[in-house]
Amino acid sequence: MVRFENVGLRYGLGPEVLRDLTFRIEPHSFQFLTGPSGAGKTSLLKLLFLSLKPTRGLITQFGHDVATLSRDAVATLRRRIGIVFQDFRLLDHMNTYENVSLPLRVMGRAEETYRDEVIELLNWVGLGERMYALPPVLSGGEKQRAAIARAVIARPQLLLADEPTGNVDPSLAQRLLRLFIELNKSGTSVVIATHDIALMDQYDARRLVLHDGRLHIYD
Amino acid sequence: MRAVWSCMTGACTSMIEVKVTKMTEDERVEMTPPPRSGGGFLPRFDTSLVPRNSISGRALVAVVAIMTFLASLTTGGVILVNQAANEWQADVSREVTIQLIPAAGRNVDALVDKAVSVARAYPGIGDVRAYSKDESSKLLEPWLGAGLKLDELPVPRLIVVKIASGATPDIPQLQRILAEQVPGATLDDHRGWIDRMRAMSGTAVVAGLAILAMMFVATILSVTFATRGAMATNKTVIEVLHFVGAKNGFIASNFQRHFLLLGLQGGAIGGGGAIILFALAALMSRWFAGTAGGAQTQALFGSFAIGWGGYFAVLVQVVLIAAVTAYTSRHTVNRTLEMID
Repeated sequence: MVRFENVGLRYGLGPEVLRDLTFRIEPHSFQFLTGPSGAGKTSLLKLLFLSLKPTRGLITQFGHDVATLSRDAVATLRRRIGIVFQDFRLLDHMNTYENVSLPLRVMGRAEETYRDEVIELLNWVGLGERMYALPPVLSGGEKQRAAIARAVIARPQLLLADEPTGNVDPSLAQRLLRLFIELNKSGTSVVIATHDIALMDQYDARRLVLHDGRLHIYD
Repeated sequence: MRAVWSCMTGACTSMIEVKVTKMTEDERVEMTPPPRSGGGFLPRFDTSLVPRNSISGRALVAVVAIMTFLASLTTGGVILVNQAANEWQADVSREVTIQLIPAAGRNVDALVDKAVSVARAYPGIGDVRAYSKDESSKLLEPWLGAGLKLDELPVPRLIVVKIASGATPDIPQLQRILAEQVPGATLDDHRGWIDRMRAMSGTAVVAGLAILAMMFVATILSVTFATRGAMATNKTVIEVLHFVGAKNGFIASNFQRHFLLLGLQGGAIGGGGAIILFALAALMSRWFAGTAGGAQTQALFGSFAIGWGGYFAVLVQVVLIAAVTAYTSRHTVNRTLEMID
């Protein structure tokens, strides 16, 4: 699904923040991406999300060499990837339903064709009663679940989550982890970037540990 | 097949209790959304992707309205000055004056009649009117005062010769004939006055056009910066749309459409205000046409009507300014997307 071969990344003329990364993300796999602050977790997520291009090495996603893709092709490929941002990035002028259905809307689907699907997902993440609420009135946990719902509504093959439990209490963190596990069981490959050791200890999964820009894999 | 996140029970908030069916890759691709199956009434969820009625959006409409209004006033002003200058020139150049200076031994009245008949007989001349002695004397009253006995003074006699509409008579030839046939007659074609008038009106029009050009530049710059300001508040929207897989053209089109509407809204307010103002000015000019003040104003500024051409110019400005707004928003979106990438 995703293949990194000797990938390096530097910003401008600065030092390499990621060095010689070689790994694969297989279909239906689950992995934690961890490491100390500044180790390059967010940069690696950006590479996975096609938001950055490597300064060296080869990245293939879903069989495509990302270096050769046009902007529109990147956008199309990105529809197969869901991302949960640490700061949620919900649109404040849209209610929860509209935020969650946004990926389907930009695909050009008519609202009638996905309404039931979105409502079902909102119920599943416990936001059925908050469908009409605007993000500013949602709690941190509700925002997090809305962001997750938006990331998975288009049934991505790869789900990336950046510190998804960083803003929630341990109880909700556990529930969110269960949500990711269930999504993985349904066929979505999951990469969770976190430095929450307690969270990782709750589920036996592959760990990608970044340290000084290098990746150490613990299967 | 139902979506994978089918809620098993009412206790949806407990994710641990959710039972999940394993899906194959093929099932995922083939899975189609379930049809809408009755249920209660739900409103349409069709909020614009670009936030409407934001403070920055309203500020942009206000800036566009004000700048369009000012630009329209400037355009109207230039049109009025140009029209007035053309009218002055046309009025003056359609008239020449024959002057007869009395001298000892000259029968001035006979010479006046002779000059009138020569002028009338000349091709291209429309109307000829000789000022009587009293009328000529009255012309001097503003300078010499009333009640003076002017009989002893050699007050020149004037003959106003109007050129026929559309005709272009050979004035120097008429001047020569008068000199030959009417002793003491001189012909003034107001050439010096017309030249000065032309220079003055030309300067006024050029100055107006220069002000209009500066106004346009100021309008475009203000609208551009106001649009960029409004766009800055939408950076998150652009990023989110980008990250959920929207193509650049889709994002840019949405913003361009939104800002074109804002530009047209502001332009319609400003341009509409200017059009109403000009229409009112033309109406009032017609109302006061018979009064002394009205005549004075009309002499200076013409009829105060910018005409259909003027109204069309204002409408073109409205569309142009809206187009600038739309183009700037598209350009800003593309730059933002380039920065994200």
